[in-house]
Amino acid sequence: MSPSDYLFLFVGMGLVTYLPRALPLIYLTHKKMPQWLVDWLEYIPVAVLAALLAPILFIDTTSAAITYGKLEFLVAIPTLIFAVKTRSLGGTVLVGMFLYWLAGIFL
Amino acid sequence: MKSLFPSSVSTKKAFYAAWPICLGYFPVGLALGVLAEQAGISWWAMALMSILVFAGSAQFICVAMIAAGSSLWAIIGTTFIVNLRHVLMSSALAVYLQGVKRTFLALFSYGITDESFAVNMARFRAGDWTRSQALIVNHLANSIWIFATVSGVLVGQFVPPGAFGIDYALIGMFISLLVFQFHNRLHIITGIIAAVIAVLWVQFIPGDSYIIGASVCAATCGYLLHNRRGKHR
Repeated sequence: MSPSDYLFLFVGMGLVTYLPRALPLIYLTHKKMPQWLVDWLEYIPVAVLAALLAPILFIDTTSAAITYGKLEFLVAIPTLIFAVKTRSLGGTVLVGMFLYWLAGIFL
Repeated sequence: MKSLFPSSVSTKKAFYAAWPICLGYFPVGLALGVLAEQAGISWWAMALMSILVFAGSAQFICVAMIAAGSSLWAIIGTTFIVNLRHVLMSSALAVYLQGVKRTFLALFSYGITDESFAVNMARFRAGDWTRSQALIVNHLANSIWIFATVSGVLVGQFVPPGAFGIDYALIGMFISLLVFQFHNRLHIITGIIAAVIAVLWVQFIPGDSYIIGASVCAATCGYLLHNRRGKHR
């Protein structure tokens, strides 16, 4: 990619990142969002994260078939338990990386 | 109204509050930088990206999509959906920033991330938090993020692909952020619905449209279940 491609991409990404953060804050200090939108948005974060995660854990990268034996999924189980227990972002990332690295050596 | 410039004691408190975020951001940012280097992204592009787009998950997805040769518009569209969740966080913070100047809000909203939101919201709820302290937390986290991601690119050439389980950094971050979102049973159900739709979607429609498709469908299911539950009460 050329420098102008990068600039276009990052400015575009920057706008769609900044506006959802800024607009509610700037306008909501004056008027309220409709209740249905607030209720619907409450389910967006969990849905986005699960939708991002599931294919990585359950889709075989070469055949594109559904599988339950991927290393990514097996490591995700103890990583998830660690995340629930500690609620630590950095800790969970490090534990996941370490287990994945270990599993790659022994399996 | 309190002074815009905080006392040294309250500044210290803000640094103390930002510390766990910085500790978490450092390995994640480093991992992102290493992956970016392997995808052919140079340090100045990484710096530009972390300054213009302060959004970890979206940046990881962007690096993966660049490596896969996705179109620029597909990357921007996916970034939008992935970051739509911040609308909710921004709305929740608005409660504590009533009557604050728009220039401050414009600066403050730049630094709203999952982690800074969690910290600032807890402090605002506790009632001993000022907007200047919240702003310090946001910008400290951002500085560490820029530093970590650029460092990752610079050390990336010395890190062999797959070393230290670096490919799991993004997955670990998603798992952690997902767990932070489990507030009640309906959130867990919505997450399961999104996972099932996403996996099936990939079977029939190639490309990255499953991220947008599955999250909008599942959030709508969650919303409908939420309304039904409300009526039964």
